[in-house]
Amino acid sequence: MEVVDKDKTIPGDALKSQEYFVNMGPQHPSTHGVLRLVLTIDGEIVKRIEPHIGYIHRSIEKMCEKDSYRQIVHLTDRMDYLSCHINNVAVCLAVENALEIEVSDRVKVIRTIIDELTRLASHQLWWGVMGMDLGAITTFLYGFRDREMITDIFEETCGARLTMNYNKPGGLMFDIHPNFQKRTKEFVEHFKKKLPEYDQLLTGNVIFQERTKGIGVMSKEDAIAFGVTGPAGRASGFECDIRKKNPYHVYDKVEFNEVLLTEGDSFARYKARIQEMWESLSIIEQLIDNIPEGPIEEKTNAVIKLPKGEFYQRVETARGDFGVYVISDGKKSPYRLKFRSPGFSNLFILDKIARGSKIADLVAIMSTLDLVMPDIDR
Amino acid sequence: MYDFTDLVRSIHESLVASLSPGMAALVEWIIIGAIFLGFFALLGLVLVYVERKVCAFFQLRLGPMRVGFWGTAQTLADTLKLLLKEPIMNKRADKFLFNFAPFIIIISSLIVLSVTPFAPGLQAFDINIGLFFVIAISSIGVVGILLAGWASNNKYSLIGAMRSGAQIVSYELSVGLALMTMVVLTGSLQLSEIIASQADGWWIFKGHIPAFIAFVLFIVASTAEVNRGPFDLAEAESELTAGFHTEYSGMKFAFFFLAEFVNMFIVAVIAATVFLGGWMPFHIGGLDGFNQIMDFIPPILWFFGKVAFIIFLMMWFKWTFPRLRIDQLLTLEWKYLLPLNLMNIVLMAFVVYMGWYFGN
Repeated sequence: MEVVDKDKTIPGDALKSQEYFVNMGPQHPSTHGVLRLVLTIDGEIVKRIEPHIGYIHRSIEKMCEKDSYRQIVHLTDRMDYLSCHINNVAVCLAVENALEIEVSDRVKVIRTIIDELTRLASHQLWWGVMGMDLGAITTFLYGFRDREMITDIFEETCGARLTMNYNKPGGLMFDIHPNFQKRTKEFVEHFKKKLPEYDQLLTGNVIFQERTKGIGVMSKEDAIAFGVTGPAGRASGFECDIRKKNPYHVYDKVEFNEVLLTEGDSFARYKARIQEMWESLSIIEQLIDNIPEGPIEEKTNAVIKLPKGEFYQRVETARGDFGVYVISDGKKSPYRLKFRSPGFSNLFILDKIARGSKIADLVAIMSTLDLVMPDIDR
Repeated sequence: MYDFTDLVRSIHESLVASLSPGMAALVEWIIIGAIFLGFFALLGLVLVYVERKVCAFFQLRLGPMRVGFWGTAQTLADTLKLLLKEPIMNKRADKFLFNFAPFIIIISSLIVLSVTPFAPGLQAFDINIGLFFVIAISSIGVVGILLAGWASNNKYSLIGAMRSGAQIVSYELSVGLALMTMVVLTGSLQLSEIIASQADGWWIFKGHIPAFIAFVLFIVASTAEVNRGPFDLAEAESELTAGFHTEYSGMKFAFFFLAEFVNMFIVAVIAATVFLGGWMPFHIGGLDGFNQIMDFIPPILWFFGKVAFIIFLMMWFKWTFPRLRIDQLLTLEWKYLLPLNLMNIVLMAFVVYMGWYFGN
């Protein structure tokens, strides 16, 4: 009779699993654009994530160096196309601050309302895509149903639905459409009924909660160290809402809460965005009925020349802290212009928080970071 | 009233009378084979169309509307497109296995289809171990998926195939045990006898609590077994692009696609036969008028109605739920469904032993 040796039952090196590489992207359904992740995988477990970017780099910052300030505004549309209005405003504010122009209250209020509508539209799209990344394709179309109403409002206001270009240094391109207030109020009423539907369809789902709770936990320290801002950072308890910290437009005059959660997992990042939608609705409601009268633009020179110096303007886009850093040497175009895009910082925490999780979790975590590739590559 | 037995017998007798016994059998085989192939193709066309429409209505849209009336010819057009497509193969793929895999899948589902009891007398292959036959043959399909994933020489495909292997082998147990629970009650594995035993009431009503538990377990486990959402990990579009059939194109892809729908149909057939009385009409004891009206509806309509109901349930799952993760999927099976199934089979045995089910 053969005696079974204890050591012989342990599989030798030949049976050990082997790590391998998978190129996730640049063509992949859930990298949301041309992001390439080089994954080191052991079975289903992701050991290492290496983001490779640059597939949609258009050297926007370099182009800015020979464009006039009015032209630069147009380019910012093409960065984070889901919060294009907020990007436009950031450049406009930087120029206005440099020239020490004070726009009228009317412009400020309209900009605030459209900022919040843009944020809502972005979060709606994110919500739909988030569901899709987890395999619930139906959410995508529910998100788009409500987003459609916002893009219709934008279309009526300025003629464009996505890359709006509604702002210019010194004010707005056009006044709002007579229907603007009516349609915005209709939308707010509609969306207040539909937002609980989002919770019914996805938030309350057992599978969804199992897939997101306790997954991809980001500590507050990590969030600060990596510069993760926006809802992703606030879900870890990092107070980084520029609207509160560094108010612009009329954000210091409206009542709203900075959504702060402490869990820092995928579900917290999800909840932060859902709650932010409620806050945005409340901001719009406070402002929509009392848009003050006033000029829609301040007079500027035909060729805008900034004084010599360095200027920085931060705004809160749907993804986080967006910064415009202008170095001017007094000419009609900036000497150097640097954008601080929130997506870039948010992407690079992926390796830290998704290491050791499954492939399916990686997709979910990436989705809660809400990446927009043109914003990261510029 | 709607019995096909006489029709089938008269065809058989006329064939036997005019041909030698061997030739008669051969002709019968060819006729049955042709009918099943035709039915198979038709089923694929109809189910693809139904899925697209059901999915569209869940998603606040209309679905295909352009080709034919309400888009009814859309799947026909798509089939034509798939037929004309170039079958591209990965250069370093294993040629033989790559081409062979779709056939394994499609043949296994075609074989299982042969035991389908459509109506009284309308069943091609009524063997005494029908239910066992279904479980046995339908598990061959996983070999096709594994081969497809392996032969594609693509990492995503391989991950998908491995997931699928783990998933189907696990859930096979629950499917089998849920059916065994019902076999304890019916006392027969032959599909025609199982249906006949439900003449005075469907088993889901007669077997009350354990039968209902078995029904729910069967639906959950079989949704996983046919690789449909929320258990579509083998495909997992957002993770693995298309899983095990990433590298397939044209008609070979269509085979995988078709097999998924036919497998769904088979699962619905088994659920309808074992739990919902197959082609038996719905009867309520004591209400003769009502029962006669129910009898007036042809059995084949009852059969397809029940099957359609279960298919709709499965589509409803798919278009509502997010997908599970692989470890959650296996946890669900091994920690919840399987123990529940084992307890349920004991409960059922006890119920049967004590004679606590209706209609004994």
